[in-house]
Amino acid sequence: MNKTGEIVKVGIADMNIVKPPDVIRTSGLGSCVGVVLYDESTRIAGMVHVMLPNSGLARENIKNKAKFADTGIRALVSELEKRGARTIRLKAKIAGGAQMFQFKSGSDLMKIGPRNVEAVKEQLQAARIPILSEDTGGSSGRTIEFDPSTFLLHIRTVNKGEQTI
Amino acid sequence: MNYIDKIQPIHLDILKEVGNIGAGHAATSLSTLLNRKIDMKVPSVRIVPFAEMMELTGGSEKEVVSVSLSIEGEAGGNMFFMLAVEEADRFIQKLMSDESFTFYDRHSHSIGFSAMQEMGNILSGSYLSALGDFTQLKLQPSVPELAVDMFGAIISYGLLEISQYSDYTIVIDTLLTEMDEGDGEVVKGHFFLLLSPDSFPVLFEALGAGYNE
Repeated sequence: MNKTGEIVKVGIADMNIVKPPDVIRTSGLGSCVGVVLYDESTRIAGMVHVMLPNSGLARENIKNKAKFADTGIRALVSELEKRGARTIRLKAKIAGGAQMFQFKSGSDLMKIGPRNVEAVKEQLQAARIPILSEDTGGSSGRTIEFDPSTFLLHIRTVNKGEQTI
Repeated sequence: MNYIDKIQPIHLDILKEVGNIGAGHAATSLSTLLNRKIDMKVPSVRIVPFAEMMELTGGSEKEVVSVSLSIEGEAGGNMFFMLAVEEADRFIQKLMSDESFTFYDRHSHSIGFSAMQEMGNILSGSYLSALGDFTQLKLQPSVPELAVDMFGAIISYGLLEISQYSDYTIVIDTLLTEMDEGDGEVVKGHFFLLLSPDSFPVLFEALGAGYNE
């Protein structure tokens, strides 16, 4: 980790932008998906912590775009553009979308992890942003940290150790 | 109008009583089961943004042992009984007289996992049945599931349904503490009850305090 940089945090249903020497981090991803978009030439990166696949799931008018895969990724792309990144140069790394519980009697929402991953991929494909690496699915929670100076995504889990993708 | 905006102080008091009755019964069951003294704090009922919910009990990355279940029936939601991993380890070590036990090793210690699961079943069962008696609502719990993972990864499941309506949740948090002979605290466990937005009108109606009064 860079000693002089700060850690920019991204909460649940939240997004943020980072430039070196800072790094960007979100912790405790379960069924949620962390999406990192970065532009290698300007070294600007953004992360969104998506909770639900589709803004159509909102029962009331919700202003927080970062909560949904569709509106969240669109909002992050437009924020990155504003800060000087170019959509055509953006690349993605994604992690999360675990299925932590079985809850047989539970609603469809309990199987949301894989649906979130699928929705994120569809949205990225629509925006023509390639996914360079991913660590999705499984049954473990994740904490992820992206360093915009190395373009590496570090992933920590409780049960399956750590890895960098 | 968002359901959270309709909540009045009296509703929070009612939810506090819900936590009190539920966790009170659970504490009695636990005390009987272990033949030890269990202390219960007054429940904390708060309306918190998701970001704050994720930071309760030491942060979203904090490693916990959780027994969770979903509630269906006339009211719905999710319930979590959670302990820090090191405290859950100590608890099961003592219960089974096996100092080598840890929740980080599922394979060589499956009996300890079963013991924890069973304790979670008993505690959440007594919480919910007390709640059902108090409200006269039919509540069906799912089979509880044990997880050893990050707090945020687990509790976020309880926020999924709520997130379709709001970025805030009402959390009913009750702390149970196992005391030793000298009244020192040994193990602390949190009950988190996160009711789904549809459940609040039903619950308040059942307890004689509708939204529009």
